[in-house]
Amino acid sequence: MTDISKQTTSFRLLSVIDTLARPILLVLVSAVDRILTPIQRRVGIDRMGYFFVLPNLIIFGIFVLFPMLLNFYYAMTGGTKLFPEDRPFVGLGNFETLFDCEDFLSPNSCQEDLFWRGIFNTTQYVILQVGGIVLFSLATALVLNRRIRARGFFRSVFFYPVLLSPVVVALIWKWVLQYEGVLNAIVEIFGGESRRWLLDTNWAMFWVVFVSVWALMGFYTLILLAGLQSIPPELYEASSIDGANTWQDFRFVTLPLLMPTMFVVLVLSLIRAVQMFDHIFVLTGGGPGTRTQLMVQYIYTTGFSNQIQLFGLSAAASMVLGVSLLVLTLLQLRLGNQSSLS
Amino acid sequence: MRKVLALLVILTVVASALPALTQDMVELRIRWYNDGNEGEVLRDLLDRFEADNPDISVEIDTVPYSAILENLPLDLAAGEGPDMARVTDLGGLAQYYLDMTPYLSDPAYWEENFGPFLNWKRLGDDDSSIPGFMTQLTITGPFINRTLFEQAGVEVPSDMSDSVSWEEWAAASVAVAEALEIPYPMAMDRSGHRFAGPAISMGAMYFDDMGHPTVMDEGFRNMAEIFVNWHLDGTMHPEMWPLSEGYAGANEEFANAELVFYMSGSWQVGQFSEQIGDAFDWQTVPNPCGPGGCTGMPGGAALVGIGATEHPEEVTRLMEYLASQEVLGEFAARTLFIPAHSGLSASGVDFDTDLQLAKDSLGVFVGQVGTLEQTAFDLQAYAYNRNVFNATRDRLTQAMVGELTLDEAIDRIQDDVDTALAEVSG
Repeated sequence: MTDISKQTTSFRLLSVIDTLARPILLVLVSAVDRILTPIQRRVGIDRMGYFFVLPNLIIFGIFVLFPMLLNFYYAMTGGTKLFPEDRPFVGLGNFETLFDCEDFLSPNSCQEDLFWRGIFNTTQYVILQVGGIVLFSLATALVLNRRIRARGFFRSVFFYPVLLSPVVVALIWKWVLQYEGVLNAIVEIFGGESRRWLLDTNWAMFWVVFVSVWALMGFYTLILLAGLQSIPPELYEASSIDGANTWQDFRFVTLPLLMPTMFVVLVLSLIRAVQMFDHIFVLTGGGPGTRTQLMVQYIYTTGFSNQIQLFGLSAAASMVLGVSLLVLTLLQLRLGNQSSLS
Repeated sequence: MRKVLALLVILTVVASALPALTQDMVELRIRWYNDGNEGEVLRDLLDRFEADNPDISVEIDTVPYSAILENLPLDLAAGEGPDMARVTDLGGLAQYYLDMTPYLSDPAYWEENFGPFLNWKRLGDDDSSIPGFMTQLTITGPFINRTLFEQAGVEVPSDMSDSVSWEEWAAASVAVAEALEIPYPMAMDRSGHRFAGPAISMGAMYFDDMGHPTVMDEGFRNMAEIFVNWHLDGTMHPEMWPLSEGYAGANEEFANAELVFYMSGSWQVGQFSEQIGDAFDWQTVPNPCGPGGCTGMPGGAALVGIGATEHPEEVTRLMEYLASQEVLGEFAARTLFIPAHSGLSASGVDFDTDLQLAKDSLGVFVGQVGTLEQTAFDLQAYAYNRNVFNATRDRLTQAMVGELTLDEAIDRIQDDVDTALAEVSG
């Protein structure tokens, strides 16, 4: 079949669909019109925007805003009862418990030592993981943006881990890192000694950061790749005419124009890092001891996995986490805006 | 065309009549978890019940064990639970149980056969409610790989003495592991409940004079010290406690003959029968001894009715069927569970296995019932025992990796227990 005859068939098909669908659409439109016209008359055309966002706002309110308010209320209550009306009001008591420390730099001196261990571990993890994500995603995106052989294949390879379930990722790496795992087999081939990678308190943090960077960087690489491709090639041509070398291209053309995308990556990866739970929970269970136990795991354990479930303390800790995240995000956005302006 | 129309009319009539036909049918839901084949056995027993009771259908909602521990309490607190559930936190959930006494045709049967274990499911001053029955009685205790002992030429300590200490078992297990280059001499389930038996054997009291839970005694400290040190010197599986969250077991290592001595419990017999069979000689040995005795911990799972059910009579009818001596005997025989039913204990259960290793193992566990210390029973009956167990598990783990000293860890266990109990009473 020629291209022209194919197109003719397509047009005919569309025409048939149009003929069939038009009356249905007309009925639908007139039905919607009957509902919306009186509303528009009542609220005025300027306020109709609110009406259209209302359904989404209601869903947001029920599933995000209301739980946040409920969490705030729980943070002010004590006891072990589930329903808010059964819980005694303790004011800031839960926050006092969390912040009851002789020395804030020494978790063992705090009443809720696990909360502070969670804070220190989370801080360390966030710095290393977000730094790693930004660095490796940028490097990978720069390489994948060049005209290299099998570029499409490599783009798929780097994105592939994003498609895997976090549990699967963590289990795969657990098998690799266990004492009789793949990594030790490789180490032994090269004459090294097997070691318990996840049992060593320093290596454990390294590996949880490594695994999460490996698993997530594909997503951020994709975002940065899109950012790189939106940079007009004329700019590189102009800089080339000006005699700029590769580094100068990167420093004075790529980086400034990629900065808005970089901030998106930074904010998204930061939020994801602070919320991290799944990879670590499966890979190390927060261990050895509590070396890789982050804030979210503390919140979960305190609120749900203990026999006596301390919902109030857990809610207070999640508020501290939420506020920290908000402050960090606002700070980043402010820095991002300043950077864009400059 | 007429035929099609006639068929449609008939179908419509039948469809509209269906709700009327099924409106008397009561559906009961059981929240259940599996250690071995007990879910299949239960289903088989339920099919027979449904055949004899066409007005009741029973659905089993099988969930992971962690969901029984973590999600079920929340569902029950919210009034959203099932009609029945298989639970192990017997006292902790007691406030949500259905007291079946008014509906039972013969409450005396329950008192007579399940009497000693009913208290585990009661709260405070309650000494009369009948919320359910134990699907199994469990006893904690060690398994050994006898084949490895033979291959290493090391005598099995319990062959030479009726009273073997923990230290003697450790020395023998290490000798076997070194001789055969086995990676793990010993392992213990990552559970404060499993640790409690050895601790009581070393003299831990677990309760002060006022009945308040305490770990501040020499017995507890001695066992904790030995246990932590065994993790540091490689006697115990070095990764299982430090690198896990919540419960962890060493079934895989034991089944793969990578472990010499495994402190676990009677519920493993069914699994080991299937996983290991007679691939090597596995064996249950009596609980090691210390100055406080040679005790393990009793425990088990119970099937309980939930107070929020809309069908207490039907739940009770089903419970009476499942708890009858004949049915429970079949359940125990097919699942290789030790029954917590005095009638069955007296008559004995002919366990449904050709594997002599499994029968011997169950025999040793049944024999251990008489050696359990009173403290072990008291701790098992204590409603908030999991609070003590979990704090023990988590804080000793911190001592193993050097985050806390042993004394700090013990202080923290006590703090955690006291703080949580204060919230309950507050």
